[in-house]
Amino acid sequence: MLSQLRTIWEVFKHSTVKPDTVSYPEEKPYLAPRYRGRIVLTRDPDGEERCVACNLCAAVCPVDCIALQQTQDERGRWRAEFFRINFSRCILCGLCEEACPTYAIQLTPDVELCEYDRQNLVYEKEHLLISGTGKYHDYNFYRRAGKDVGVKERGTGETEAEPVNVRSLLP
Amino acid sequence: MADVFRVLAQIGTTITVLLVLAALLIWAERRLLGLWQDRLGPNRVGPFGILQSVADMIKIFFKEDWVPPFAEKPVFIFAPCVVVITMLMALAVVPFTPTLAIVDLNVGLLFFLAMSALAAYSTILAGWSSNNKYSLLGGMRSAAQMISYDVFMGLSLMGVVMLAGSFNLREIVLAQQGLWYIVPQFLGFLVFLVAGLAESHRLPFDLPEAEHEIIAGFHTEYSGMKFGLFFVGEYLGVLLIAAITVILFLGGWQGPWLPPFVWFVLKTALLVAFIILLRAALPRPRFDQLMSIGWKLMLPLALLNLMITGAVALAGGL
Repeated sequence: MLSQLRTIWEVFKHSTVKPDTVSYPEEKPYLAPRYRGRIVLTRDPDGEERCVACNLCAAVCPVDCIALQQTQDERGRWRAEFFRINFSRCILCGLCEEACPTYAIQLTPDVELCEYDRQNLVYEKEHLLISGTGKYHDYNFYRRAGKDVGVKERGTGETEAEPVNVRSLLP
Repeated sequence: MADVFRVLAQIGTTITVLLVLAALLIWAERRLLGLWQDRLGPNRVGPFGILQSVADMIKIFFKEDWVPPFAEKPVFIFAPCVVVITMLMALAVVPFTPTLAIVDLNVGLLFFLAMSALAAYSTILAGWSSNNKYSLLGGMRSAAQMISYDVFMGLSLMGVVMLAGSFNLREIVLAQQGLWYIVPQFLGFLVFLVAGLAESHRLPFDLPEAEHEIIAGFHTEYSGMKFGLFFVGEYLGVLLIAAITVILFLGGWQGPWLPPFVWFVLKTALLVAFIILLRAALPRPRFDQLMSIGWKLMLPLALLNLMITGAVALAGGL
């Protein structure tokens, strides 16, 4: 019985406590730079698309909201022919960002994804692409290592050794 | 003839004011609950969100008014009307000021008790006619709660009647000229408040609807304005309990400086706020706990209060 009265008093004391509510449209809450919001496709420091259309993001997406088609240019560089994210399905889980081997797909702290027309939530590649590098400023997938697509010569990558002439190892 | 029109106008005004107040109370409750739970509550529609109930009403009027095919149709439609009708009838005997009351009934208190007991039919019939086991459980709970809490609700008021020597609510208020009855009848006040909460199905005694156990109890199957009527009825019940408590124990409209009506409204509003605070603070008891509180604690307390008051009255102390 006493504890009930004490409860009433304790609750009543909350009359003077400031509410925790953030009055959203007037007062924007702080969203950390790594907040998982709207998805963008970033470019490498040279201004080229990072996405190599490997399909890992679409494969890992739990709600299947990513659709893309791979194509190659004349130098053999992989690109996305189209890249489509349906934000009316997207749950902003960030698995695509984790799966991406080239840091192309990234989530931004923008959460204001409201449209009057559902179709407007389907973003095509030109809507998704931004001109900057996102969270990773100096990273360029093709400069690190791997095949020559016109970015660097074979063997001159940042983490790459000169190609070994396997025939020189012959006895 | 002019008299009839005057009375009709008075009834119309009172009903309108009461219904508007009940709607406002929904908003007030949500704001107060928000305050005590460290949030804001509805604050968007109109200044401070005061028009929230209007928005809700518009929404609820445009909802499909659906009667489930398995329900007992006439009873299903009749049930929500009962609670509103009985609550409005009971409020008719409430004297807001020395002169402002719909009827000055010499059995006003008994009429109030009868009407608040009749309101139980609303929940019971709703639970039964819904043909839904959860609704039926809610209705049965309501019946059991009503029976056990009505007994000592009446008993707790007998002390007041004894002191005032009248069942007339206006005379009871006038008899509190010197001393409010909350002082000599403190036990009665406590018991009546608990019983009143149980009668109006307010938390912590909202077992008939208990969202977490039996979904929404008796109004699980209700939608649209029929559900809205239950809602309005519940808040009218809160107003009624608060008003009656003010009249019986807190000196009604009496108070210094301010006009009588303002005093009445002020006291009622404070009591309503307290009832809302109880909702914010207290958890719901289990059903057997509710029953044992009723029969093993509240009934003896009410009887004790009655005995002491009677003994003092017999000894000529009054």
